[in-house]
Amino acid sequence: MPALPTPPVPSSRRTRAGVLAVAALAVTAACSSPGSGSSSAAPSSGAGSAPAAAGGATAGAAQGSASTGASGAAGAAPSCGTAPVTMTGYFETGFPLPKALTDEFTKQYPNVTWSIREDQFAVITQNAPRTLADNPPDLMRLPQMSELAKDHLLLDLDSYAKAFGWDQWPASQLEQLRISADGSRGTGPLYANGLNFSMTGIFYNKKLAAQIGMTKPPATVAELDSLLQKAKSAGITPIAQFNGGATGGFAFPLQNLMAAYGPAGPINDWIFDKPGATIDTPSNQQAAAHLQEWISKGYFAKDVNSLDYAAMMSRFIGGKSLFIFDGDWESGNLDKQMAGNVGFFLMPPAQAGGKQAAMSAPLTYGIAAKAKHADCAAFFLNWVATNQQARTIAVQVGGSHPMGAADAYMPPVKAGTVTAATLAAGAKIGQDNGAMDFIANATGAVYAKSWTPNLQRMVGGQQTGAKMLASVQKDYQSQLGH
Amino acid sequence: MERRPRRGRRSARRAVTGWLFVAPAFLVYAVFVLRPMVISVQYSLYEWDGVGASTWVGLRNYGRLFTESALSGSIVNAFKLIVFFSFVPVVLGLLIAASIRQIAASRFAGVARTVLFLPQVIPLVAAGIVWSWLLSSTGFVNQALGWVGLGSVARAWLGDFTFALPAVGVIGAWVLLGLCTLLLLAGMTKIDPSLYEAARLDGAGPVREFRSITLPALRQEIGVCVTVTVIAALASFDIIYISTQGGPGNSTMVPGLEIYYLAFTERQVGQASALGVALMVLVLACVLPIQWLTKERD
Repeated sequence: MPALPTPPVPSSRRTRAGVLAVAALAVTAACSSPGSGSSSAAPSSGAGSAPAAAGGATAGAAQGSASTGASGAAGAAPSCGTAPVTMTGYFETGFPLPKALTDEFTKQYPNVTWSIREDQFAVITQNAPRTLADNPPDLMRLPQMSELAKDHLLLDLDSYAKAFGWDQWPASQLEQLRISADGSRGTGPLYANGLNFSMTGIFYNKKLAAQIGMTKPPATVAELDSLLQKAKSAGITPIAQFNGGATGGFAFPLQNLMAAYGPAGPINDWIFDKPGATIDTPSNQQAAAHLQEWISKGYFAKDVNSLDYAAMMSRFIGGKSLFIFDGDWESGNLDKQMAGNVGFFLMPPAQAGGKQAAMSAPLTYGIAAKAKHADCAAFFLNWVATNQQARTIAVQVGGSHPMGAADAYMPPVKAGTVTAATLAAGAKIGQDNGAMDFIANATGAVYAKSWTPNLQRMVGGQQTGAKMLASVQKDYQSQLGH
Repeated sequence: MERRPRRGRRSARRAVTGWLFVAPAFLVYAVFVLRPMVISVQYSLYEWDGVGASTWVGLRNYGRLFTESALSGSIVNAFKLIVFFSFVPVVLGLLIAASIRQIAASRFAGVARTVLFLPQVIPLVAAGIVWSWLLSSTGFVNQALGWVGLGSVARAWLGDFTFALPAVGVIGAWVLLGLCTLLLLAGMTKIDPSLYEAARLDGAGPVREFRSITLPALRQEIGVCVTVTVIAALASFDIIYISTQGGPGNSTMVPGLEIYYLAFTERQVGQASALGVALMVLVLACVLPIQWLTKERD
């Protein structure tokens, strides 16, 4: 609640003094353009708009000079050294994986201790530029990072990739983390690595599935449609998808339908901000129309527009919905909460036997351009992908596929669990070369400011699938400044 | 003749002493209130992502407030909220305060006052969370509607295009009602009881009493209530951020939330500052006439 404005009763002299003070402040403030150095209003030499690249000069130099805990000797592989090092981390709250990994790392390298700050992903997204500029952590969970790379806030990891052999991994794993100078993704220097890579598809409740006679995952979109109709007729909520607040979860089924109707390539081009890319393609129009059909046939819970992620999970776990569109980061959790009663399948193709694609992205972690212990952070990222114990943690705690070489060690997973199912699905996506980044990651704001309101309007009957794609494309172009 | 300059010197010294006393507070005020305001005005003239280089764009950010429907729409929503945040609490507050005054002596009046003021003590975020539960599809509101046979009306209030804004408005009204009631009740206690006695002797009923004595005497208190609640409506953020985050489909987007999204999600610090400055001007333009209208006139 805002405070009451106190009505001023100034004498003429006080007013004059006040005006003078405000004017003096205004003059100091107006001397520097925002973005030049710190956010303070200290006068700088350049009157008017002197553009300054914050940290621009340091970005290149950081890699050579940033390591303190490392061996330092030229030619030696980057490591954490043997002297005591305190690594700073800025992680996402609610995910046990990074903490489990850092704990194990400290066990194996006792000279390294971790000082970790945690926030929700939305908070990290908002804080990322300032945190990286003012208080650079060694290792950080990253949001959409084109702008961060463009502003020279992230360390270019190419030399580490060469030193550790990350460039020998399947190229698709790190493709999404490459950013070229113009801010488009897919090519250019590597600016982050993953702790693992996750993938989305459809989880189903096995008991409810048995009730409607579903014995195996659907092989085509049409089969999925008939399952949805059967569930609806049986009085079971077919899909409890979250679509409330600022994170419209209908982007999950929409993108899965896009994957069923068209190839992944053009969608990735759009997400990677390739010049001329559009989301408003004929196959995506088909996908949007299909989603609209699901909405109008009542396949989603009635209150999806006020349902948040936590509510969706609790309904699914509580047996109140047959399907949810979600990611394998829930595998570990679901194996615990609904042991034996949960299955997973990838979005089926439109034609039987067709190729399959899915949203699949690395759990992105980067190193600040001005990080104090860049070498040690890179060593840690490499350890996560190569150490046997770390890879086991990535699967068991993270529920997703570890990063790394195609023939790297895979921990055994109990058959019949949903974790086994998601890992198998990941292998299928690899075979079909069907990994896509999330359509919400195209620009920093396209999720909250375009996909979400448009998808919510579609649920409310105020937007058609065709108009939605056109509207998102328009917002996308204005956000990219095209 | 001799004493005049001495008195002048003394008053000058007194003025300096006065300024010395004010200086620390003024310094804090200048650094933490005036300076950010000035800087916001400065930022609003640039296109800036908050970190990188900035570009001077003059008044273009202000122009976009009129041309972009998402920005102007949020301002329209804020004005709609005035009905719930301001009109409802003040009118209801007047009625409730008048009723409590009638039963001032009974214990019930004290209980009523406490209960009504309770929302003021609860953080707005907590209020938003509790109301999100109450208004959810399986929440208390819909259950209660079912009990009285209105189950067909039940819906996910905060996820409904028609009802999300009124639903958010109801939360605001609930929060602000207690403050208005208490302020108006305090105002009523300072009214001379003999006025009521005289009116009653002249044969006036409670309605006439209210219209001819209570209402005119409360002019200033009503002014304060309307000012506070109109500002709360125009500058609303917390309740909406917690309950709907502007959704569904921007139907509850307000300038406060839009500023937040612009600055932190879209990284358009200049555009966010422009909307902030515009919002400040808008609040002043609404509040100053109210202050003038409700000023005590001799």
